[in-house]
Amino acid sequence: MRGVFSLDVVSGILNTMVGLATPFLYAAIGETFAQSSGVVNLGVDGIMLLSAFAAFYVSLISGSLWLGLAAAAAVGLILGLLMSLVSVTLKAEQGVSGIGLYMFGLGMSSLLFKVLVGTVKTLQGFKPLHIPLLGDIPFVGPILFNNNILVYGAFLLVPLSWWILEKTTLGLKIKSVGQNPAAADSLGISVNGIRYLSVCAGAALAGIAGASLSISLLDLFQDNLTAGQGFIAVALVYFGGWSPFGVLAGALLFSVVNSFQLWMQVLGVKIPANIAVMLPYLLTIAALTVTVNRARQPAALNKPFERGES
Amino acid sequence: MGELELPSDRESAIPLNPTGSAFDWSKVVLNVLLPVAGVVAALLIGAIMLLLLGANPIAAFAAMINGAAGSKFGITQTLVKATPLLLVGSGICIAFRANMIHIGGEGQIIVGALAGAWLPLSFPTVSGWLLIPATCIVGFMAGAVWGFIPGILKARLRVNEILSTIMMNAIAQQLMNLLLQGALMDPEGIAHGTFLAQSAQLPRQAWLPRLVPQTLLHGGAIIAVVLAVAVYLFLWRTTIGYDIRAVGLNPNAARYSGINVPYYEALSLTLAGGFAGLAGAIEVMGVQHRLMDGLTSGYGFTGIVAALLGGLHPLGLIPASIFFGGLLVGADKMQRAVQVPSSLVMAILGLIVLFVSSAAIWSRRWAARRRIAEQLDKEGQP
Repeated sequence: MRGVFSLDVVSGILNTMVGLATPFLYAAIGETFAQSSGVVNLGVDGIMLLSAFAAFYVSLISGSLWLGLAAAAAVGLILGLLMSLVSVTLKAEQGVSGIGLYMFGLGMSSLLFKVLVGTVKTLQGFKPLHIPLLGDIPFVGPILFNNNILVYGAFLLVPLSWWILEKTTLGLKIKSVGQNPAAADSLGISVNGIRYLSVCAGAALAGIAGASLSISLLDLFQDNLTAGQGFIAVALVYFGGWSPFGVLAGALLFSVVNSFQLWMQVLGVKIPANIAVMLPYLLTIAALTVTVNRARQPAALNKPFERGES
Repeated sequence: MGELELPSDRESAIPLNPTGSAFDWSKVVLNVLLPVAGVVAALLIGAIMLLLLGANPIAAFAAMINGAAGSKFGITQTLVKATPLLLVGSGICIAFRANMIHIGGEGQIIVGALAGAWLPLSFPTVSGWLLIPATCIVGFMAGAVWGFIPGILKARLRVNEILSTIMMNAIAQQLMNLLLQGALMDPEGIAHGTFLAQSAQLPRQAWLPRLVPQTLLHGGAIIAVVLAVAVYLFLWRTTIGYDIRAVGLNPNAARYSGINVPYYEALSLTLAGGFAGLAGAIEVMGVQHRLMDGLTSGYGFTGIVAALLGGLHPLGLIPASIFFGGLLVGADKMQRAVQVPSSLVMAILGLIVLFVSSAAIWSRRWAARRRIAEQLDKEGQP
């Protein structure tokens, strides 16, 4: 086992981490928007599954990865509309409707995959884009600046979403609707309108998260491709205290553990694979117990808004 | 879910029906019609999906109904599949009534099945009279532990139970894989070099007795019905059950009236886990007679749908479980008859959950309108 922790291995672990963090970032930042407006969307995993399939299938038949990506975002948007209709307009119990959306995405993606594709196939996903100069920095360059466009997009999304939430009027409206919908309503903000917008934007990002699995990270589709990553992404929102940078920290922590686990298996370190696979799930439960910023939780989280009720 | 009226003041709990009419038919109609409409809508969308996939929906549904109810074997198979749904769903009724919305059924079934396979395999010479009840208890306990962990995490640390239970599901799955490839692997599979991921067969006396010869219907079905009635009595005729429902309806009111809310949150999820664990043990003793991968067949999810459709009421759950048992049996038949993958059923189940949870708005509005009308009546006649 000598040389397990050589510089190359560390660099490899970190490089894998950056890739693995990508779907978490899209999905968890999307969920941050939804939850900031007061809606818990627990169907993220179902959205990711169905859009991962859409991205894969459309890329496969059209030959265009960009069309695939657009299809994934569109599927996310449609499912987001469905979730908003059920959770915002019809005020359904958000936990239950999330379970419904998850089951729908799980079943539908498996059904379409079996009918339209049949067997597990791979495709050529987004290729790494080497960024000149930055990519040539030793050690850091290959880790950070030699990835594909979806990976860069995920990391750029972090400051962008922070700016939207903290520095724009729209962000203020989203947060006010999540904290005190009655007050926001009295100021003329459309509570349900903002919630629709936040849930749908979040769902479209969950769609891109699905695409980042099937046409960027793994370049394939199979039954239950996400293996619960959408749920981990929701957990990251709690862990990150409803802040995009908190989400980033959580996503990196998760991905480094997962990447470490994968590399240990590749390098033949003797730990049973099943126990290694359990690690991220155990870590999620542990992370949920140490949510740092409970005070930042949107006060109206999980509560449908009805005018005249406090 | 919103149909239950429970006063926040515990002293005033007795005159639930001041007008004296013993049975409120309009309420029953609403609580039956809305879920049924949800199911019909979901099945219609399923039919449209079948059309889009190039299959004949009438042939598909005909194959489904024929498979589930067209023969003695089909009917007994429907009841075989209804059994775990009824057990899981009974637990879901308890947990969801306490507003502990979770999806831990799959993992709890797995650990219950693990325990339920381990005990008879470890004590193969013990008499069946002792072994079967002991295995039921061990399966229940294992599932209860799997429910207790997310339950206590919610009660003490406010950890979201949907997220923790889905993680517990994944951990249970890996635990089963680990044991099936190691300690519990069938020695015959090792001897013959097949290394199938399944355990050895359970000793004969641990098999649940068959209710109908030449079918798979086993004694677990009776256990499930008895327990569903017991859960009804527990929830509506005991103080603990009353407290559990009070916690779910209005945790603040429950807290002010002196109910230990975290205790009942943890308890309800522990009990729900126990019922799912028992379903796993009974599945092993009654159907598979060994532990094998894929034995949950999604019962953890379908049990939720059955419980929701049954109005989170164990007596509504019994017909709902039989319906979904039939749907699962029929889906297998449909898969063979019109070559549509049975994952269609999972998609339809998801839609049913979405529709039924959305439809609750109308029963809530109706209940609110009734309250106002009653209020006006009272004010009108001093």
